Amino acid sequence: MVFEGLADKLQQTFKKLRGRGKLSEADVNEAMREVRMALLEADVNFKVVKDFISRIKERAVGQEVMESLTPGQYVVKIVNDELTNLMGGTQSRITISSKPPTVVMLVGLQGAGKTTTAGKLAHYLKKQNKRPLLVAADIYRPAAIKQLEVLGEQLEIPVFSLGDRENPVTIAQKAIQRALAYANDIVIIDTAGRLHINEELMQELKSVKQAVKPHEILLVVDSMTGQDAVTVAENFNQQLGLDGVILTKLDGDARGGAALSIKAVTGCPIKFAGMGEKLDALEPFHPDRMASRILGMGDVLSLIEKA
Amino acid sequence: MLGFFDKLKTGLEKTRHTFTERIEQLITGHGKIDEELLDDLEAILLSADVGVKTTGKLMQNIKAAIKKNEIQTADQLKPFLQDQINSILTGGETDGGKDYPAPFIIMVVGVNGVGKTTTIGKLGHYYRQQGRKVLLAAADTFRAAAIDQLEIWAGRTGAELIKHSEGSDPAAVAFDAVQAAKARKADVLIVDTAGRLHTKSNLMDELKKIRRVIAREIPDAPQETLLVLDATTGQNAVNQARTFGDVVQVSGVVLTKLDGTAKGGVVIAVKEELGVPVRWIGIGEGMDDLRPFDAAEFAGALFADK
Ligand SMILES: Nc1nc2c(ncn2[C@@H]2O[C@H](COP(=O)(O)OP(=O)(O)OP(=O)(O)O)[C@@H](O)[C@H]2O)c(=O)[nH]1
Ligand SMILES: Nc1nc2c(ncn2[C@@H]2O[C@H](COP(=O)(O)OP(=O)(O)OP(=O)(O)O)[C@@H](O)[C@H]2O)c(=O)[nH]1
Ligand SMILES: [Mg+2]
Ligand SMILES: [Mg+2]
Repeated sequence: MVFEGLADKLQQTFKKLRGRGKLSEADVNEAMREVRMALLEADVNFKVVKDFISRIKERAVGQEVMESLTPGQYVVKIVNDELTNLMGGTQSRITISSKPPTVVMLVGLQGAGKTTTAGKLAHYLKKQNKRPLLVAADIYRPAAIKQLEVLGEQLEIPVFSLGDRENPVTIAQKAIQRALAYANDIVIIDTAGRLHINEELMQELKSVKQAVKPHEILLVVDSMTGQDAVTVAENFNQQLGLDGVILTKLDGDARGGAALSIKAVTGCPIKFAGMGEKLDALEPFHPDRMASRILGMGDVLSLIEKA
Repeated sequence: MLGFFDKLKTGLEKTRHTFTERIEQLITGHGKIDEELLDDLEAILLSADVGVKTTGKLMQNIKAAIKKNEIQTADQLKPFLQDQINSILTGGETDGGKDYPAPFIIMVVGVNGVGKTTTIGKLGHYYRQQGRKVLLAAADTFRAAAIDQLEIWAGRTGAELIKHSEGSDPAAVAFDAVQAAKARKADVLIVDTAGRLHTKSNLMDELKKIRRVIAREIPDAPQETLLVLDATTGQNAVNQARTFGDVVQVSGVVLTKLDGTAKGGVVIAVKEELGVPVRWIGIGEGMDDLRPFDAAEFAGALFADK
């Protein structure tokens, strides 16, 4: 992985800061320039970056530095604290309803990884002794139903489909009936990829939501997403009311600034991370690890020791 | 915490609605060039995924031009910037493969979910419209139902499909497809490949092998290797272009999903840093939603409100 840069640059800046008791505005500004660069290169939304930086400045300027830390170490500590805070502190999970079936609906842009994630999530829950049912509600994309059926077969998990002639609302409703009849305690609905600005298709999701009242509506987001992540997430959230986010394709070298942007504008927790194409490559999301990944600092604490 | 979110939300709201308006006002009002105006321009570039480095360069050029009095009023800023972006992106437009002897072989590569298979459907349609005989090769034998997906596209466009079963060797599919293209005198052969992250060296080796097999059968082939980039992608696209370029000599980019609100500004960095031109853009999921790339139009759209 190529997370070069920020740590070294900050070390350089901090060398100059060393040996002063109080953080002056000039000191902090210089350090913040590097932090800003790093965040933008990691695809954190520029507006989020701006607000984030000004918050850190507010906290840092004029601060007495603790005995045990150099001024540089202190700035790193503040950055890391704020970032971890913003990422959501601790990890969160999906809510299992006391009255089964728990209904989970996956939504998102085209190609984000919804169908694959539906399979992964079903597998994950099956390992916890749940009895998931996968629902093929993407009636548009060529071979989308077949794709989910293939995954279901590989996982030995049932897939409910009515072909591509019935509408998603009917499909979802009948799927719940089938889950009740066969004692499936989790229903995972795969929906077609759509643009957040496509009113007709967003309305379709609202109708599905109204018909089956999902316990969890999860936005699936590609971790390589750039500046537009906030607009997309904000739109989906406003129209559907999201319960959480799943970040996919984190097995690559994308720094994943989208995670921070989305968390900052929607407040929705990120619940899982997709770490590969294989069906067991789904992990609970760790906000603190993501914070240091975005900053490209590896282990921030060890940096503090070195600074 | 919540206060911060709220503030941010309204902040973004405001940004979206007033950016271009404000710039437009300032510019058409022949306003003075001030620090704030330059900041706003920088913000437009950053928000279009142009990236810190390339944005920095563009802003430096602007400042230099202001110093040299090449830019004197605010209304000259936007045309200057647009012109710069246009000249970075110009060169390498597609000629649709007119000059190549048949079969013209196009290999399509990229990370997961960017729109490779759909683009192949659209390209197949484009060439079929020109009355050419088109063959599609289903060399994504990995992803669930990838072959079925391409088969549906072949059916829609009237292209022929070469496929093996799921899980078989993609290089073998490519080999058969080249043989078939020769035997059936196809004009165009388009090879679909499985999505893969550029960081996975074993999968990148597999891609190299597919290319080698094609080149062994027809020396100049594949005459075109298209890297598909999703317009929603941020700075990682530069890494993608670099690595795919190193491994399979990418000759051009297809920028998909430009029908969304993302601007795809990262292709400016890709062209500037790596010299890889954009050939086509994708603007929807239908078979007609493919256009030859137009640098001037793209540069203009970066500054337009959607
Ligand atoms: N490397 C990697 N690939 C992933 C991950 N999740 C999904 N993919 C791949 O991303 C591509 C798109 O995944 P899909 O599940 O088809 O995406 P989708 O959101 O259902 O797509 P549409 O239904 O067309 O909108 C496939 O090639 C998947 O194998 C992940 O965590 N890591
Ligand atoms: N809105 C929009 N959607 C697109 C465009 N191009 C492709 N898509 C959609 O993006 C999703 C993924 O497209 P695919 O063609 O399956 O992508 P791929 O790169 O072949 O995916 P893998 O083979 O899984 O790596 C599908 O839902 C397509 O319909 C485009 O230009 N605009
Ligand atoms: Mg899908
Ligand atoms: Mg494909």
